[in-house]
Order: sequence, then C-alpha cells, then structure tokens
Amino acid sequence: MISTNEEIVLSVEHIKKKIGKRWIIDDVTFDIRAGEIFGFLGPNGAGKTTTIRMLVDLIKPTDGVIKVCGYDVNRDPERGLKYVGSIVENPEMYTYLTGFENLEHFARMQPGITKARIEEVVETVRLTERIHDKVSTYSLGMRQRLGIAQALLGRPKLLILDEPTNGLDPKGIKEMRAFIKQLASSGMAVFVSSHLLSEIQLLCDRVAIISGGKVLAVGNVNDLIAESSNYIIWDFTPRQLGLQILASNTEVMIVRNVESVLDDSVIANMNKDAVVVQMPETAVPAAVAELTSAGVSVKSVQKVTPTLEQLFLRMTEGEAIDESHSAY
Amino acid sequence: MNLIPLIKNETIKIIKKKRFYVILLILLVLVPIFTYAQMRQAQNNRQKFEGDWRLELQQAITDNQNSLGSDRVPEEWKKYRRIYIEQMQYYLEHDINPNEPNGVTFTRQFLDNSISLFIPLLVTAVASDIVSGERTSGTIKMLLTRPVRRWKILLSKLIALVMFISLIIVSTVIICYLISGAFFGYGGFNVPVFTGFLLFDSDVDMSTVHAVTSWQYILMQCGLTWFVGVVVGVLAFMVSVLVRSTAASIVTMMAALIAGSILTNMAASWKSAKYLFMVNLQLTNYLSGTPAPIEGMNLPFSLVVLSLWALAALIISFLVFTKQDILN
Repeated sequence: MISTNEEIVLSVEHIKKKIGKRWIIDDVTFDIRAGEIFGFLGPNGAGKTTTIRMLVDLIKPTDGVIKVCGYDVNRDPERGLKYVGSIVENPEMYTYLTGFENLEHFARMQPGITKARIEEVVETVRLTERIHDKVSTYSLGMRQRLGIAQALLGRPKLLILDEPTNGLDPKGIKEMRAFIKQLASSGMAVFVSSHLLSEIQLLCDRVAIISGGKVLAVGNVNDLIAESSNYIIWDFTPRQLGLQILASNTEVMIVRNVESVLDDSVIANMNKDAVVVQMPETAVPAAVAELTSAGVSVKSVQKVTPTLEQLFLRMTEGEAIDESHSAY
Repeated sequence: MNLIPLIKNETIKIIKKKRFYVILLILLVLVPIFTYAQMRQAQNNRQKFEGDWRLELQQAITDNQNSLGSDRVPEEWKKYRRIYIEQMQYYLEHDINPNEPNGVTFTRQFLDNSISLFIPLLVTAVASDIVSGERTSGTIKMLLTRPVRRWKILLSKLIALVMFISLIIVSTVIICYLISGAFFGYGGFNVPVFTGFLLFDSDVDMSTVHAVTSWQYILMQCGLTWFVGVVVGVLAFMVSVLVRSTAASIVTMMAALIAGSILTNMAASWKSAKYLFMVNLQLTNYLSGTPAPIEGMNLPFSLVVLSLWALAALIISFLVFTKQDILN
C-alpha cells in the first residue's frame, strides 16, 4: 500500500470553473502522491475532462490552485508542465507524420530529450517495428501506445490518462492495466479517469468520485465499494418456491428492475431465470440452508458490485444522479 | 525555451502536410497557360503592326484619345485614360517598348496581376491551416500541454509562416521567369522601366519619373508583393486562431479578398472604403503609375493602412491564443 510519507506530486485545491453562467466544476480538491494510481470516477458529463484540462493548463480555473511538484501549473506552465505527461481524451497525433517524427516533434519542445530517450520510450510501449510508419496507418491501440510514449518522453512524475482503455480490445485492456501498474511501481504517480467502476476497481489505489462537478468522496477504492449495497444473484430450481422462501426472509429485498441496478455485462452473463436480491452478505449461508432444506436446489450464488449509478445513489441519497446526467 | 526547435517543428509540419507542394503545382500549371496566352497576343500584334511596337503603341494612344471625346464614357474612366496616354507618350518619346516580350517583362506583368488576388490566395492556403488545423485534428491538446508558453508556440508558427510567404514569392518569380523565358527568351534584365509617377487627380507629375532597369523594378515589385503577402498572411493567421475549422477559415479569407477585388472596381464614390485592407493590396500600381481606385490613396497611405490592419490582427491573435480555454 502507498505510504502517506511519499511526496505529493499533484495537489488540487478548491478549483472551480464557470463557463457561461454555469459552474462546470464546483470546488474540487484532492492530492496525489508519488507511486500511486489515482482513479477519477464519474459518469460522462460529470466534469472529468474539464478537470483534466485544467490540470494540464488547457483551461484556466476560475478559482483555486493546481500545483505539480510545487509549481502552479496555470501561472508557471513552463515549470509545472515539465513534470506532467498526459493524454487528454483521444491520443491525437499528427497523422501525416510517422510515429518517430511525432516523438521527435514533442521531444524538441522540451530540453534534454535525446534520440536515445526516444528510442527507449518506443521500446517501452513496444512500437519499435512500426515506429517509422505514418500514424495514419496505425490502429487505435497503436495510437494509444504512441500517445503514452509521447507522455513518457520527458520522464514525468505525474502521468495523466483520460479513459486509457476506451476503444481497446480485451487483450489490449489487460496489457494497458499491467503497463500502468508497472509505471506506478517505478515511482510515477498515475491519474486515470474512467466512467467504469470495475475499471477503477481493478487498477487504482485511491479514487475520487465526481458528479455534477463536485467531488462526492475521496478514498480507498475497496472501502468505498464495501460501503455501498451488495447485490446477490441466485440461480435455483424450482424458481417459484425459492422465490417465495426468499421473499419471506426479512433480511432480503427482491430487486425488480434489474436493468437499472446492474451493469449490462453482468446481466448478459446471468441466467434469465436468476433472481437478484439485496441482502447482507452474512445472511447468505442461512438462506442457502433454508432453501436446501425446503427442497430447492441452489445452482449458484454470486455476489456482484453495483453500477456506478448505484454507488452514486448511495452516496448522494438519491438526489444528485439526475443532475449529473442533465449536465452532459 | 529556445524558439529555434519550435520553428523547426512548424516548418516540418507545413512541408509534410504538402501544402507548399500544392502551391508549386498550381504555379507550374497556371504559369504555362498564361505564358501561352501572352504568346498568342504577341503574335497577333506582330501581324497587325508588322512587328513595329511604335505603331502598336501609337494605335493604343489614338484609341484612347478617341474615347475621350465620347459622352458615353464616364468621367472617372477618362481620368484613367488620360494618365495612360501620358505614360505611353512618355515611353514613345524615350523610345522604350514597355511591353517588349521576354521572360523578365512577363514576370513583371505577372507580379502586377497577381499581387491583389493570386498571391494572397496562395498565402491563405498555408496560413489558414496553421492554427485551426491543429484544432481540427485535436493535436492542439498535445501541443499546448508541453512546458512551453503559448505565445512562443504562436510566435514560432508566425515565423514559419513568414518564411513560407517569402518562399512562395521567390518561387513565383523563378517559375515565371523560367517558363516564360522558354517561350520569349531569357533576356531583358537591363531594359529600362519608368517609375516614380506622381498622380494628382487627372494629371501625372512627370518631374520625378526616372528609369530603372527591369531587374531593379522586379526587386521593388517583389518587396511590395512580399509586404502584401505578409499582411494577408497575418490576417489569415488571425482568422485561423479565431475559427476552429480550417475550411471556415479559408472561406472567410477568400470572401474578404474577392470582396476586395470587386470593391476596387466600384468603390470610387465610396471614399471611406480606402481604409479597408483589401482595397489597398494593389501596391505595384503605385510603381507603374496606374491610378488608385479611390482618391487620396498613395503608396505611403496604403502601406500605413495595411500595417495597421496587420498590427491589429497580431494583437488579437496573441491575446486570444494565450488566454483562450481549449474546450474541444
């Protein structure tokens, strides 16, 4: 686990952004320490990208201070951005140049990046074979890797990745996760945004949850998830009898609108006769015993994490969720 | 951060985008067409006047004198013709053929005809893309998140643009001379050309008129064309900063330039049109003594008007570019 003695690489203090008459970002505060993978979780339109753009000085905050290694990014970008590598949204590179020419281009924008360093990062992201081809011939995964190579050129202390697994195939997603973890273990702080709870769960140490431009919670990922309700999927026959028994259990709440509670990926893997309930984990063994003794054969019992929306509902007691959607 | 590597980046991008090759290609296609048309005209005249350019000139003078007596010719046109007649008589008295067909004369005439529309359009083709192209492709996010101040990035783009404008004018002259020389011969460098005509309403002050050699005259033309190129380039540069799409930026500039050439033909009675930049582009006319489209215009006036427009465009470009939020 990350010790709290590590150097603070990024500190975001009370940043706000007003566009037109709306506060797009309203008082966001968090710190990231060296060697930590920090998740930034929120639905589309919650203000993730706007916040990231402020971190890299594409947008000036209306109020508040962002410091990287002690330098104010918006007032002193020449020093502040020196320690930051980033990909904002898609990794858009010059498609009419080769991968190598792109890297040379960005290397020229910062003193002290040698040709050997360029070759080193190309090696790191495993693009050696195709690096002298035009970027217009690259697949999305290769562009993503070239983007990361670009971000790593200046040996950053903070790496900012906006939805890094978006558009990658399952193998690419796994590789990307392993790669990010490897970078963090070398002492880099990594900031990852995502709208998928599972993604953040698999990757990050700590997370900030943002909705409607406000940070709802900052903390350890697993703690935050454990606090929210647990859903259990039951698969048994005969279905009708089992359902009656569960319904009579006072600790169990049968979930009717499954689609709005669970991720599509979970629903797809579910038996269509399965029953989804909300109940404390501790009550499961007793329920299994009761069903079995009544002659219901239990085929599977599965605990699943709720969707991001469910987590939000829990955190905001059901008020902010609609707002975060209309903000999109 | 040194500016030289940034200028190198911008130069590489302009070359690799092949914009400059397109411009060379346009010149290589169009110049032979003009040359051929010029050759046909020369052949025609030679037949008519049995090769004596004095007869040809005398005929032109007589034609214009006749039209002065007609009531149907507007007074403004008569003014032009009177000045033209005086100039032609001056050439006749000094026994100099102003239209002697050779590579140098063709180049001179081509520059006269291209300064207000053709060269500005070529310049616009490069300048309109220089900032908006980065926004259209999204690469602006990579460019502005490097530890370089925004004004330096913009300045490097501006310097690269001025370099290419210079290159466009040099290539135009060289291509014109080489291609037309193949038809008319490569001589004519030392043929005298008269300049220094001072226009007062309908009179020409001949006291300051003096002869310069053709190559000196072309050098003066190049200087003025370069100045027009830079002014138009800076204006297109501003539009490119203000407008996000390259297409919109090219169309805006083209509309302004073409509006200028239309206005030049009908603005004589609308005096304040002389403060518009597009009416002031025909600087080489001041060299040859062609009357200005609006009273009160002369070389210093046009230079000041164009400089003020360029200065305003530069101030707006830098203010907007360094302050604006990159939201898309």
